[in-house]
Amino acid sequence: MSTNRVMIAGSGGQGIILMGKLLAYVAMEEGKEVTFLPSYGAEMRGGTANCSVIISDRPISCPVVHKADIVVVMNQPSFEKFESAVEPGGSLFLNSTLIKDPVTRTDIEIYKVDANKLAEDAGIGRSANIVMLGAIVRQTGIVKIENVTKALKKEFSGKKVVYLDANLLAFQAWKTG
Amino acid sequence: MKAIYQSTVGEGLTLTDTSYCPGCGHGIIHKLVMESIAELGKLGETIGVSPIGCSVVAHEYMNVEMCEAAHGRAPAVATGIKRVHPNHIVFSYQGDGDLASIGMTEIVHAAMRGEKFTTFFVNNAIYGMTGGQMAPTTLLGQKSTTSIDGRKKEISGMPIRVSELLATIDGAVYVERVAVNTPANVRKAKQAIKRALDVQQRKLGFSFVEFLSSCPTNWGLTPVNALKWVGEHMIPYYPLGIFKQPEEEK
Amino acid sequence: MAERVLMKGNEAFAEAAIRGGCRFYVGYPITPQSEIPEFMSHELPKRGGTFIQAESELGTINMSYGIGCAGGNVFISSASPGIALMQEGFSFLCSAEVPLVAMNVSRSGAGIGGIQPGQCDYNQVTRGGGNGDYHIPVFAPSTMQDAVDIIYESFEIADRYRNPVMILADGMMGQMMEPVVLPEPKTLYKDEADIANYKPWALTGSKGKANRNRIKSYHAHPAELEQYIDYLYEKYMRMEKELQRAESYHTDDAEIVFVAYGSMARIVREVLEVLRKDGIKAGMIRPISLWPFPTAPFEALNPEVTKVVISAEMSKGQMIPDIRLALKDRIPVKLFSRTGGIIPSTEEIVAFVKTLRKELK
Ligand SMILES: Cc1ncc(C[n+]2csc(CCOP(=O)(O)OP(=O)(O)O)c2C)c(N)n1
Ligand code: SF4
Repeated sequence: MSTNRVMIAGSGGQGIILMGKLLAYVAMEEGKEVTFLPSYGAEMRGGTANCSVIISDRPISCPVVHKADIVVVMNQPSFEKFESAVEPGGSLFLNSTLIKDPVTRTDIEIYKVDANKLAEDAGIGRSANIVMLGAIVRQTGIVKIENVTKALKKEFSGKKVVYLDANLLAFQAWKTG
Repeated sequence: MKAIYQSTVGEGLTLTDTSYCPGCGHGIIHKLVMESIAELGKLGETIGVSPIGCSVVAHEYMNVEMCEAAHGRAPAVATGIKRVHPNHIVFSYQGDGDLASIGMTEIVHAAMRGEKFTTFFVNNAIYGMTGGQMAPTTLLGQKSTTSIDGRKKEISGMPIRVSELLATIDGAVYVERVAVNTPANVRKAKQAIKRALDVQQRKLGFSFVEFLSSCPTNWGLTPVNALKWVGEHMIPYYPLGIFKQPEEEK
Repeated sequence: MAERVLMKGNEAFAEAAIRGGCRFYVGYPITPQSEIPEFMSHELPKRGGTFIQAESELGTINMSYGIGCAGGNVFISSASPGIALMQEGFSFLCSAEVPLVAMNVSRSGAGIGGIQPGQCDYNQVTRGGGNGDYHIPVFAPSTMQDAVDIIYESFEIADRYRNPVMILADGMMGQMMEPVVLPEPKTLYKDEADIANYKPWALTGSKGKANRNRIKSYHAHPAELEQYIDYLYEKYMRMEKELQRAESYHTDDAEIVFVAYGSMARIVREVLEVLRKDGIKAGMIRPISLWPFPTAPFEALNPEVTKVVISAEMSKGQMIPDIRLALKDRIPVKLFSRTGGIIPSTEEIVAFVKTLRKELK
């Protein structure tokens, strides 16, 4: 029996919400219970966006995440805001392209992902979020890699199919912490 | 050294950073309104009413006494304030959802009564604060979150031209539409504000300035392209100019 | 089992309404429910329905009154200040016996308040802000599935009693995503021509009818008005009996019983687990109908066993008068409350209970 609480934060245009939704969708497809809760309202106008995803074997009572096992921060302001939200023993995934400050906490696992750079290398600069998604999934096994690949194929279909290959590359870009 | 730009911060405007998106027209219009009142030396005798919309927080930035009003009701609230302080400058500052949709009754009746305050009307052709739904001023074909294929005349009618409408009302004494998309237009906008405030101070009746403004966030455009869009799409449908002014000034 | 789909609350609410028989939707943007009109603007026309963006909530409720008079099945949605603006209309619809399903995705605070989740519309929706002796059934789902199921059913409830029905959710439920199973679409009336059969009282034109229909709220003569009010009162009493709904969790042996609805009930469910693990016997009554307030689960509580009842709300004790009435003041009631759009954490409520127990001892 397990419950994973994930918090993802970054700026408006970084695809934060898509990352969370993909994770939630794949978890549902795997038969798990899941909730997804985005931040909303004026807060977004200031340029920050965040969402939380809970994945569990059993019904989830509250979708709000105060402390998370997995925290993903995509830019400097969200790093400052959410570094403290990692549960002791939890994992912090940070976008090292944009976050230069040292991590002060010593009671958590830290994964630095050069997400924007790896996305550029994959040929799709905007997909730093997908690079990061790859990193989380590969490192934590929170959902199955092949199921995310399936979901990506669904997400990037129709008109968006031109972006599929690059996103699949981006998803595989991060190899190891 | 010669100053090429004089900040009005600390006078008409407070030192607070605004919450408006980059490229939003609200900031420019706030500055023009407050500069104009400051130049009249009337900051201490001005009372403003902010709307419900992105500029609900205008009182954080405009350095005069202000209150908030329920969505659309600012002209009724300003009416009340002006009746208590007939010698003060009183204004309402409203968006197009606030004024031209839910608050159409209040604005029309304030004009009809010839209320001696000024309304600054920010027309950005969209609901900004709530995330880009169609406004009564949204242009035909313009996409919004409640008209994802573009506004259609058969379903939603034609966009409403508020200045032209108010100009038909006797009590509205000064009505002008300006735009804040180019430096030249910004200068003209300030003159319009000054004329409207002059009409108010001479107690001639209701005065109204409409600003064509940008909402890059909900239009899905960069700030620069949003300003271009004002010129290319809004001005042709919403012509600039004075629609009503006191007889002797014609 | 039917397929689970992952949907945003607001979109699931709208989809459930369409499947439940909604043919018309009227709305005005307001956070945190704007995804409902947004979804309806493109989905409803595709499914043979009509979407209208009103100029205000006043426009919304009155257009809907017109749709209802004409026999159309109509769904509206808004959030707290928008619902406040509709109160005149709700009073009018009740007095004219026109059905409607309304959804309130509520936020926090009075006046314009804030846009984050709140439950401080309790009095507004259960007491009504309009004039007159009237009542509107209010259902408060706590999961997405609850919400979908009750919205789906509401059109029939509204039509059965010829009265508006309100669904009360909050910003958290409107914004979150959760898997749901959507019910099969149902048809309440086939087409425009079928309305007169389905709702013989509706305004469809007098052609072929023995008597022309009229729908009215105005009554000039006191005796006639009193008679009409008594008739409606009898209907409200029937609704009060027939529509009470609640769920009880572990209340039989509970020393502490929470009362919580909507999002708050979700959090309390987790609180119960934590407390029970710590050896504290806690239970919960979750009112599903807020009007009529469900009295049976409160009557079942034994003061020998249950020492305290906690009203857990994102408001300032608005539910307490109803709880005290239902309990007939047999057990003391305490308030746990967070407001302003803040959703309390499990830990916070657990700590509150532990302090409270010390105080009681
Ligand atoms: C009674 C009521 N209905 C709806 C709302 C939601 N609401 C907040 S701001 C707004 C409109 C904002 O648009 P606009 O007036 O054009 O101003 P902008 O944000 O674009 O500057 C709406 C509909 C509300 N606050 N109160
Ligand atoms: S949403 Fe539009 S109107 Fe509101 S602050 Fe941003 S740019 Fe300005």
